[in-house]
Amino acid sequence: MKTLPAVDAVIVGGGWTGLLMAKELGSRAGFSVAVLERGNSRESSDYPGTMDELDYAVRLHMMQDLSLETVTVRHDSTQRALPMRQYGSFLPGSGVGGAGEHWNGICPRFLPDCFELLSRTVEKYGARRLPADHSIQDWGVTYDEMEPYYARAERMLGISGKAGNIRGQKIAGGNIFEGWRSGEYPTPPIKIPYFSALFSDAAKALGYHPYPNPAANLSEPYTNPDGVSRSACFYCGFCERFGCMVGAKAQPTNTLLPLIQERKNVSIRSGASVRRVICGAAGGKRARGVTYLDDEGEECFQPAELVILASWTLNNTRLLLLSGIGEPYNAQSGTGTVGRNLTHQVAIGAATAFFEKPLNRFMGSGAAGVCISDFDGDLFDHSGLPFLRGGHLLALSSGYRPIANFGILPPSVNAGWGPEWKKAAVGYYDRTGFIGFSGEHLAYKGNYMDLDPTYKDRFGDPLLRFTINWGENERKMAEFVTPKAVELARAMGAKEVSSFPGLKNYDASRYQFTHIQGGTIMGSSPDRSVVNPYLQHWQIPNLFVLGASTIPQNPSAHPTLTILALTYRTADAIVDRYLKSPSRLA
Amino acid sequence: MRRREFLTLSATSIGGVLVYSLDRKPFRLFAQTEHSVRVPLRFFTEPEALIVAAAASRIFPSDETGPGAQEAGVAVFIDRQLAGPWGRDRYRYTHEPFEQNAPVEFGYQGKATPRQLYREGLKDLKGFDQWSATEQDNKLRQIESTLFFSLLRRNTIEGMFCDPVHGGNIDMIGWQLIGFPGPRMSNYADVDKHFGEAFRPKPVGLGQTSGTFRPSEDEE
Repeated sequence: MKTLPAVDAVIVGGGWTGLLMAKELGSRAGFSVAVLERGNSRESSDYPGTMDELDYAVRLHMMQDLSLETVTVRHDSTQRALPMRQYGSFLPGSGVGGAGEHWNGICPRFLPDCFELLSRTVEKYGARRLPADHSIQDWGVTYDEMEPYYARAERMLGISGKAGNIRGQKIAGGNIFEGWRSGEYPTPPIKIPYFSALFSDAAKALGYHPYPNPAANLSEPYTNPDGVSRSACFYCGFCERFGCMVGAKAQPTNTLLPLIQERKNVSIRSGASVRRVICGAAGGKRARGVTYLDDEGEECFQPAELVILASWTLNNTRLLLLSGIGEPYNAQSGTGTVGRNLTHQVAIGAATAFFEKPLNRFMGSGAAGVCISDFDGDLFDHSGLPFLRGGHLLALSSGYRPIANFGILPPSVNAGWGPEWKKAAVGYYDRTGFIGFSGEHLAYKGNYMDLDPTYKDRFGDPLLRFTINWGENERKMAEFVTPKAVELARAMGAKEVSSFPGLKNYDASRYQFTHIQGGTIMGSSPDRSVVNPYLQHWQIPNLFVLGASTIPQNPSAHPTLTILALTYRTADAIVDRYLKSPSRLA
Repeated sequence: MRRREFLTLSATSIGGVLVYSLDRKPFRLFAQTEHSVRVPLRFFTEPEALIVAAAASRIFPSDETGPGAQEAGVAVFIDRQLAGPWGRDRYRYTHEPFEQNAPVEFGYQGKATPRQLYREGLKDLKGFDQWSATEQDNKLRQIESTLFFSLLRRNTIEGMFCDPVHGGNIDMIGWQLIGFPGPRMSNYADVDKHFGEAFRPKPVGLGQTSGTFRPSEDEE
């Protein structure tokens, strides 16, 4: 094994969190930083001419190569898990920029009480209302502490939106249910396409409070505080599963990479597959660096003063398990922390609306659309309801591509191929829209990640295993919200509506957002979390873990903005406090 | 190397449209002329290609609603997909053991690649292209619940609506049928207009907008 010259910080993963941390440590602390990214190198200039639905959105060219490594899935710990052999419920990114390259750009904040979910829920409803097998907990950080970091992340991305609550002042047209904000969004909301405008009018008529979805797809040209300029969105409708052709959608390659490339002290090594985090022999209390295979297959040891894992939920958790760092979670005894609190999100097409008029759905932008948060969090009284918490309803106009959407038909059409089917499918193609619901997934004792005993990756290492299912809370929540979505669809003028049939077992074959969270969760106690509220490992102070793996349970909102805000908070803690006294920050 | 097989497309079979040969040279066929073009096949034998073309035409027929799989060149599209990395499961996790009776929510767990599923499925359809439409429909109804049929149906939709660089959606007839304009760079001036009325810009494919796109089926 080749031992490389030591660096101040080695960062595993070159996506949003890894590159943001690399930029912060490289520019503010003058650190030598090596970012190890196992996928390809990438530049924002790679994307023009790649608007191909088949290769990108269907064959999924930008995602991790499953032939090398995947996860296995089962519903409870009595079953034998099966590998996700082709993509289904989520789409992990690969290459420089990671999933931040091919996201939609939806950028809300989490509701304030999400950060204190356990204590707030118990305070209001009593501990007996919680499901017996829950394992929810407070994050160890409050919304008030997060607010400045949220504002910073929004300025970095240039989020286009309309504030609904500035320092307690409710503002009509924005999300009046959101947590307080220190100021307006950096740029005005993006345009509202027809289908979303219909939803907005219907929601108002029903007494709800619609607001434009906060978007990382710019409404107008913007220069961020780092001096990075991006142009306005063209509404081409090729965001999710694609890189942005014009740089209007914030991506790590167009927002962070240009700053990193200017710096000699930060390097990105692509094709570098990290195998283990190496800890000191004396009790393993310090991380010494990481081992990896470089792009030519040579085994390397990269020594570093700081080791930062930024390789998303799956790989952050798996690297700790493979490296033997911390105690793996044991679902039977409830002991151990690594792998606990695996959550997804209740992401359903609550209602599909079929119209008489054409909708011109090909025009849109990843985050373009209108939401209502009237049924989110604890914003409505749950006293008489058979579930806790909630989510937001969303009429998204992200663009509409034919391979994915041709053949979605109302219940009155009873054919799957042939002339009748073709006629109906051609007629309904541009007359169909979805009211989506994105709801909270509570953490449960029985939902976790560990190493699979059967299936291996290309190196012979065990795959990560998911044990995951929905609880009654999620099923009842979906049941509650579905008729609300149907009512909205009718109020929009739909002539037929089909409704979500209900949540059964966790379906690994149906796409439900890429918001897999947990495994290396944060918290205020080392018995119940892997990292402290500064995302610093409880036992190994020079090891930090960034990203969705640190979120204790799944809020209803899209997580990227929160993850970036947490990364800024950790960067501040490292630069302002840890460097002066390299010890535990909490 | 196997004997090179060709699928002959004639003006009478596909009407006055553009087709692409293997090296992507466009040929325009006119119904009035006797022209035909022999498209070299990459995966299918000629009899297999004829069966796939006939079956795809029953799934997505050419009728009074508009053109279908025949005119879009769906059989040529599927041939290329099967010959490429997707056809041999280049990006699928294929480690053993395989669990054949897994519940649907775990996705396809089988061992067979798309190539193998087609080759097996087509054995059961010998002579299909010679049958009457009713006989063909009856047979397809019989196999409707098979993996092979669902793959064929999915690939037919892909071949109808993919960018023409992939060999299907010839002349963008699929996109014209449903009013999809293809990879249109900017809708800035139109996205918040045309409410309640059809806005149908002329479709443009990657062949016109980008000279450099390399379809995945051409990868090794």
